Amino acid sequence: MDLKDKLLSSFLAFENSVDLENPVHDLRSEAIKNFEEKGFPSKKEEAWKYTSLNSLQKVDFSIFPKEESTLEYKDIKKYFLHEIDTYKIVFVDGVYSSYLSETTHDGVDVCLMSSAFTKPMFRQVIDVYFNKVASKDESLTTLNTAFCKEGAYIYIPKNKMPKKPIQILHLATGNEAALMLQPRNLVVVEENAEVQIIERHQSLTENEVFTNSVTEIFAAKDANVDYYKVQNDANTASLVDNTYISQKDNSVVRVHTFSFGGKLIRNNLNFYQNGERIDSTLKGVTILGEKQHVDHHTLVHHAQPNCESHQDYKGIFGEKSTGVFNGKIIVDKIAQKTNAFQQNNNILISDKATINTKPQLEIFADDVKCSHGCTIGQLDEEALFYLRSRGIPKKEATALLMYAFANNVLESVRIPEVKTRINKIIANKLGVRVGFEL
Amino acid sequence: MLEIKNLHASIEDKKILKGINLEVNAGEVHAIMGPNGSGKSTLASVIAGKEEFDIKKGTISLDGEDLEELAPEERAHKGIFLSFQYPVEIPGVTVTNFIKTAINESRKARGLEDMPANQMLKLIREKSELLEIDRKFLSRSLNEGFSGGEKKRNEIFQMAMMEPKLAILDETDSGLDIDALRIVANGVNKLKNKDNAIIVITHYQRLLDYIVPDFVHVLHDGKIVKSGTKELALELEEKGYDWIKQEATV
Repeated sequence: MDLKDKLLSSFLAFENSVDLENPVHDLRSEAIKNFEEKGFPSKKEEAWKYTSLNSLQKVDFSIFPKEESTLEYKDIKKYFLHEIDTYKIVFVDGVYSSYLSETTHDGVDVCLMSSAFTKPMFRQVIDVYFNKVASKDESLTTLNTAFCKEGAYIYIPKNKMPKKPIQILHLATGNEAALMLQPRNLVVVEENAEVQIIERHQSLTENEVFTNSVTEIFAAKDANVDYYKVQNDANTASLVDNTYISQKDNSVVRVHTFSFGGKLIRNNLNFYQNGERIDSTLKGVTILGEKQHVDHHTLVHHAQPNCESHQDYKGIFGEKSTGVFNGKIIVDKIAQKTNAFQQNNNILISDKATINTKPQLEIFADDVKCSHGCTIGQLDEEALFYLRSRGIPKKEATALLMYAFANNVLESVRIPEVKTRINKIIANKLGVRVGFEL
Repeated sequence: MLEIKNLHASIEDKKILKGINLEVNAGEVHAIMGPNGSGKSTLASVIAGKEEFDIKKGTISLDGEDLEELAPEERAHKGIFLSFQYPVEIPGVTVTNFIKTAINESRKARGLEDMPANQMLKLIREKSELLEIDRKFLSRSLNEGFSGGEKKRNEIFQMAMMEPKLAILDETDSGLDIDALRIVANGVNKLKNKDNAIIVITHYQRLLDYIVPDFVHVLHDGKIVKSGTKELALELEEKGYDWIKQEATV
């Protein structure tokens, strides 16, 4: 049985575990129909030309973990941003771990989707926001909607800000030979409210994991959202991350995606600007080796005048790794005075590495500033000689240049400990000590 | 200290250096002059170990040790320093972090521990004052957006920090106004002592008014065609290079 059939038959079993009277279930039923019709995307589709899910579909994934697993904090501490105090929403094999988590209802709600779906106090927010910006026809998104049950629920009321950043951590124990996870997150940030979120998926063994995640983020007027995605998973873990963001007037949303490891990563990052003077920032650092594959598909839809978007993705590809960047910008006719910038720079440090990069601009307004640029190159030999002539060995000089190449993406990271952590991962990834704290 | 014998070097089969002989001793300042395309910058790059150039014949040695097989960083560890004609811009790495890395890597190569942070800071302060460099400048990205003068001052600042045995200044005077030239030259003169040596590569006599050479060599078509004392530089300034070229062909 291939994965699609398995999922479809599992849906019936899944229905026994949820409340069929809940209006959310109507959405699930609609969604599974769409997935049944469309199935997994294939390479024949333009958007999936360079990323194949074929091999994943042949794996016999468990759709529901059989047993509850427990983990000791000391064993997984390193996957947390433990240098600072944070709220934590932790899932082990897709199941919420209250022992490892720290949630709150003190002025803001940092808790679980399972609670939000079932408790009356969250009903209104679910009615207004849930599944409102996520696609209703993209097959993997609808697959997630069909099985939506658990994930992070974050609600920040007007003028509020949580006392500390929020971490969402998905751990896979390897108790199942192969496990499929489908977390569903909802983040609602009301007028003039603010939040900082760090998300990470981590597999603890070499057993195969396939995560198909959907996150919806709503930023109301004057809201401010910082979202950091840390993708440094095991080489047997694959992730399709579908993130949908809806922004209102004057809101600022920044998403940073740090992709350093995993077997296959596909990031579908979609920004919808539904107001004026909106600022959307999409930044990414990708450093890959071995046979890793990362595909960044971004969309920024400018639907109102006087808004901005800033995209800056840097990639370094070694060994047999492959990368994709596809950046789509749509500027509607009404969206005059749009400033949309997109930059994608890549360095190939191996003959066998590949990058496919494609800007896609659809501009229907006439008074806009849109720029895009993509480069693919090798390390600058002149710069390398300059550093080496100052006594810095080739390996360290190479690392320093790669670090310098990726560094400006880190400038907009607003949590210093996140920056430090990312720098450490980069230094580790590059295998060097360059004499100063990267 | 530096001994170059019958050095022939090419890039992509194009012969550039065609038999250079040069001996530089501790405590000496040598000027290498010559028209465009005579091979001056190539000579500097070959001494520093740039790998694009093939050494076809001849030897380069420092204190009796052959350099040809050594990587650029190993030559730097032995005390060779090249001040670049066009220093490379490296966004994302500050001047301070760069120089710290350079110094500690050289120390590591010599079996020494990292320089303690307070000692490093003191040294940076001292040497930046010598070159009249603003402290703010040190936290900027290396050479990024620097003016021509700032780039050259930064090169000499690095030289001051690294205290090389042999410094090669490749057209350090180009792109400098008269005030910057004076600051850079003063810096170089203060670094000069009986144990180190300097090779100044330049088109013009101007820099040599400040950094006074013991010997002047004229490079033409990949060879040193004339050597003399500082008076030779004045003569070149007055008469140009044509008479040298003619003399060389005769």
